[in-house]
Amino acid sequence: MAPHAVAVNRFTVQTQDLHRGFNGRTILAGLNLHIARGEFVALLGRSGSGKSTFLKALAELDHDVTGSGRLDVPENKAVVFQDARLLPWRTVLQNVTLGLRDAEDAGRRMLQEVGLAGREHSWPVELSGGEQQRVALARSLVREPELLLADEPFGALDALTRIRMHVLLKELCARHRPAVLLVTHDVDEAITLADRVLVLEEGAFVEDLQIALSAPRAPDNPRFGQLRRHLLGKLGVSAH
Amino acid sequence: MTLIATDDFKPTAAAAALQPRSRSSARVRLGPGPAIPFGMQLGSIALVALWTLGSALGLIDPRILSAPWTVLDAFRQLIADGRLQEHFGISAWRAGTGLVIGVAIGTVLAVIAGLSRLGEALIDGPIQIKRAVPTLALIPLLMLWFGIGEQMKIITIVLAVIVPIYIHTHNALRSIDNRYVELSETLNLSRWTFIRQVVLPGALPGFLLGLRFAVTLCWVSLVVVEQVNATSGLGYMINLARTYGQTEIIIAGIVVYAVLGLASDAAVRFAERRALSWRRTLSQ
Repeated sequence: MAPHAVAVNRFTVQTQDLHRGFNGRTILAGLNLHIARGEFVALLGRSGSGKSTFLKALAELDHDVTGSGRLDVPENKAVVFQDARLLPWRTVLQNVTLGLRDAEDAGRRMLQEVGLAGREHSWPVELSGGEQQRVALARSLVREPELLLADEPFGALDALTRIRMHVLLKELCARHRPAVLLVTHDVDEAITLADRVLVLEEGAFVEDLQIALSAPRAPDNPRFGQLRRHLLGKLGVSAH
Repeated sequence: MTLIATDDFKPTAAAAALQPRSRSSARVRLGPGPAIPFGMQLGSIALVALWTLGSALGLIDPRILSAPWTVLDAFRQLIADGRLQEHFGISAWRAGTGLVIGVAIGTVLAVIAGLSRLGEALIDGPIQIKRAVPTLALIPLLMLWFGIGEQMKIITIVLAVIVPIYIHTHNALRSIDNRYVELSETLNLSRWTFIRQVVLPGALPGFLLGLRFAVTLCWVSLVVVEQVNATSGLGYMINLARTYGQTEIIIAGIVVYAVLGLASDAAVRFAERRALSWRRTLSQ
C-alpha cells in the first residue's frame, strides 16, 4: 500500500468532541476516539456509563437523542447485538444473506466459517443460543464490514459457550480484519480479545490501554492478572 | 435437622404403603381432564341421531323438519338435475371474488396504517366506524347506489371482509418487535425489502387469524345478500324452497353452507400450519 493511502485511511472511526444527551441529561461528554483499520478495541464500563449510547451513536441508530460533535464512521459497518436477533420466520441462510443479492454462496461459506455448515435450512428456533449468535456473526461478516460493532454479544451465553465464541471471534477477525468495537462489562473478555481497552465512566474515557500481552492470553499469565486488577480498579471494583 | 428430615420421610413412606388411597382423600380435579376421543364429533352425531330417531318415530312433523332420508333424497335430486352445482357455483364465485378483493384492500390498508403515522390517522378512524356499523345495515344504501345486481352483492362481501383483515393485520404489524426494525436499519435494508422480509412475515400470524374471521364473514354476508334479492345462488335456492314449503331443500342448503364454512376454516388453518412452520419447535 502506498504511504499516502495509509495516511488517508489510517482510521476507520474518528470521533471528536462527541456529545450525546437524552431528556436534558448528558450521557456522552465530549468523546475523542480514533480506531485504526483492523484494530480490536474493547469498551468497558459500568451499567449507565454511556457505553451503549456510544455504540448506538457509532452505529447511527440513535434517532431520539440530541448531540453534537464530529463522527466519522464507514458506511459499511455491522452490528452484533446481545441477542442474536434472527428473524424467526427466515431460515438460517436467509438470515445471513438478508437484504443481499446473489449472496447465497458467500452465505454458505460464511456459515461454514462459523461452524454451521449443514444448518443452512434450519429455523432459528431449532438452534441453541450459541449457534444463533454464530449465525448473527456470519450475518455481520458476510457483508465484509470495515467496522464491526458488538454490544455485549456474549452476555447471554453460558461460560463454556462464551470461551468457544471468544476463540471463534478472534479467528474471524484475524481473517476478515474489520475494525472492532466490542462493548462488554467482562474484563477478562476485554483482555483476552482486544488490542486496546477503553474504560468509560460517566460519559468520558478514564482509561485507554494498549494490551501488549504475548500469547496465550490466559488468566494464568501473571501480566493478565495485573491488567485485570488495574482495569477492575478503574471500574471501581477492588480485586484481590 | 437430619433427624427432622428423617421424621418427615416416614409418614410419606407409610402413606405410600397404604395405596390405593380412599376416594374421599383424593384431591378434587379442577381442570376438564383428558380429551375424549372424537369428542368434537360427539355432539353433532348425537344431534343427527336425535333427529333421525324423532323422524322415524313420527315425533317430528315433516312440514316443520324433513326427515334425514328426505333431505338425502333432495340432495340426490338437486345434484341429478344440476341445480345444486349451478347455484353453488354462483355462490362460490361471489364469495371468492368478494373475499379476494376484500383481503387485498384490507391488507394494503393495514400496511399503510402500520408503517406511516399519517396513514394510520387517515385510515384507522373510518375502519373503526365501519367496524361499529353492521354490514347488513348498509345493504339498503348499497342497493340504492349499486342496484340489486352482482356489483352490490360483491361490494357487501368486500366491506364485511376488510374489517377483520385490517384489524388483525394492523395489530400484528404494530406488535412486531422494535428490535427487528433496528436490525433492518443496521443492515441498510431498503423499505421494500424491509416490508417483504420483516413486516409482512411478522404480521402473517395476525393476517391469518383475520383471514379465518374473514372467510366465515364472507359466507355469512353471502347468505344475507342472496336472500335479500337474487335470482341465483344457494340463498336464492333456499328462499325459493321456503315459498313452496320444501323444508328438505332448505335443510340441504343449510348443510351446504355448514360444510362450506367448516371446509374453508379448515383450509385456512391448514395454510396457517404450512406458512407458520417456523414456529415449530424441536419438541413438536
